Amino acid sequence: MDSKVKIKAEGVNFFYARSQALKDINLDIYENQVTAIIGPSGCGKSTFIRLLNRMNELLPHTNITGRISLDGRDIFEDSVDAVQIRKRVGMVFQKPNPFPKSIFENISYGIKVNGIKDKTFIEEKVEASLKKAALWQEVRDRLSDSALKLSGGQQQRLCIARCLAVESEVILFDEPCASLDPISTAKIEELITELKKDYTIVIVTHNMQQAARVSDYTAFFLMGELIEFGRTQDIFTAPKDKRTEDYITGRFG
Amino acid sequence: MKIHLDEELKELHKDILKMGVMVQEEIYKSVDSLRERDRQKAEEVVNADKRIDELELVIDEKCIDLIARYQPMAGDLRFITTGMKINAELERIADIAVDISQRVLELVDKPLLKPLVDIPKLSAIAQKMVGDAIEAFVSKDVELAKKVVLSDSQADKLRNFVQDELLNDYIAKDAKTADRAVPLLLISRYLERICDHATNIAEDVVYMVEAKVVRHHPEQLK
Repeated sequence: MDSKVKIKAEGVNFFYARSQALKDINLDIYENQVTAIIGPSGCGKSTFIRLLNRMNELLPHTNITGRISLDGRDIFEDSVDAVQIRKRVGMVFQKPNPFPKSIFENISYGIKVNGIKDKTFIEEKVEASLKKAALWQEVRDRLSDSALKLSGGQQQRLCIARCLAVESEVILFDEPCASLDPISTAKIEELITELKKDYTIVIVTHNMQQAARVSDYTAFFLMGELIEFGRTQDIFTAPKDKRTEDYITGRFG
Repeated sequence: MKIHLDEELKELHKDILKMGVMVQEEIYKSVDSLRERDRQKAEEVVNADKRIDELELVIDEKCIDLIARYQPMAGDLRFITTGMKINAELERIADIAVDISQRVLELVDKPLLKPLVDIPKLSAIAQKMVGDAIEAFVSKDVELAKKVVLSDSQADKLRNFVQDELLNDYIAKDAKTADRAVPLLLISRYLERICDHATNIAEDVVYMVEAKVVRHHPEQLK
């Protein structure tokens, strides 16, 4: 495990009211690597990644203990701005959620919110982001069309481009291909592999093959606990814990 | 939780075991045909090869089908890929049994060059190694598999001894013995190759059970 640690979770516990959703999670997310988080529904994997950009604190009656650091700095420190964290750690959800605006505005919105007004700069940034998200060729002639006219796979890539435009360093994917067909899925997977050169990626997925294909590291969660973490190749060919083996071979339950 | 794949894996396991039993039978017969100078037995081995080839294809197809349909992971993946490799090793062993029988057919009408002493010893080692390798696969017995791997050097030594004896004591002294010495020399080489294939099977078993690659890494056996 030779890469630099980008995000470090240490002794993280998380509670929804009285119910504990995460128990003593210790996990390193490596820079410029893809980390897959797998586990059955309700195991805490989505809860965990929503902590990484402080999204869970938007929910009432939640409580977190332990420490999560981004580049060595605790993201829950009082002096840390949650909005800045969400900018640095972007998120792509299961269902594509473009704004009901034009394709161009979907991307430019985040840049403008960050106080940039230079039109040329914004245009260049939109183009670069769409190119990086492998969408430019498909939308370059219809940037003013509504984003809602795009196909599901294109909408998902638009959401990825949105993260890239605000220069996120980490992109969290919460089951990004769950509602996509195999071709759109393949495009997103290819994109993830391409993006890891410049970004740190965390992907929650129910699709074992997808986790095996795209990730460098895999973490298996079960009932709020991190059961096993290791190189993806090791997890999928020779897991150490029987519960991991049972889950990935479909014998769980 | 019981899953459909389990049933199919059991079937695959049975098929590989059946292949193992058939191959063992052919080795026994080929060695017997040499010892007993039995033309009929030697011919039976040659004729049985087709059945083994067919079973090899069936097992291969099943493995590919399981991978395509289930995209297996972890222990299941190791079992299926190891099964494919063991299947190929067994088929090669059966081919070698045919080679032995063909040499026996060349020798059967000629007077014996010398009483057979070391070749039966070598064949006993080969048969035991194959039997143990198959047993290790069936019972997922890593210790037995490791013993098989470690016993291969014994076979190498014996093969070298037989080879030296036939070359120096017979062929070098009297070239006319070559037509009876060379088939024996080849048989010793074949038996040693069977031991190599048994070693490969045993190494695959260690990978299947422990996910540890010992092939080309003997230090991993410790």
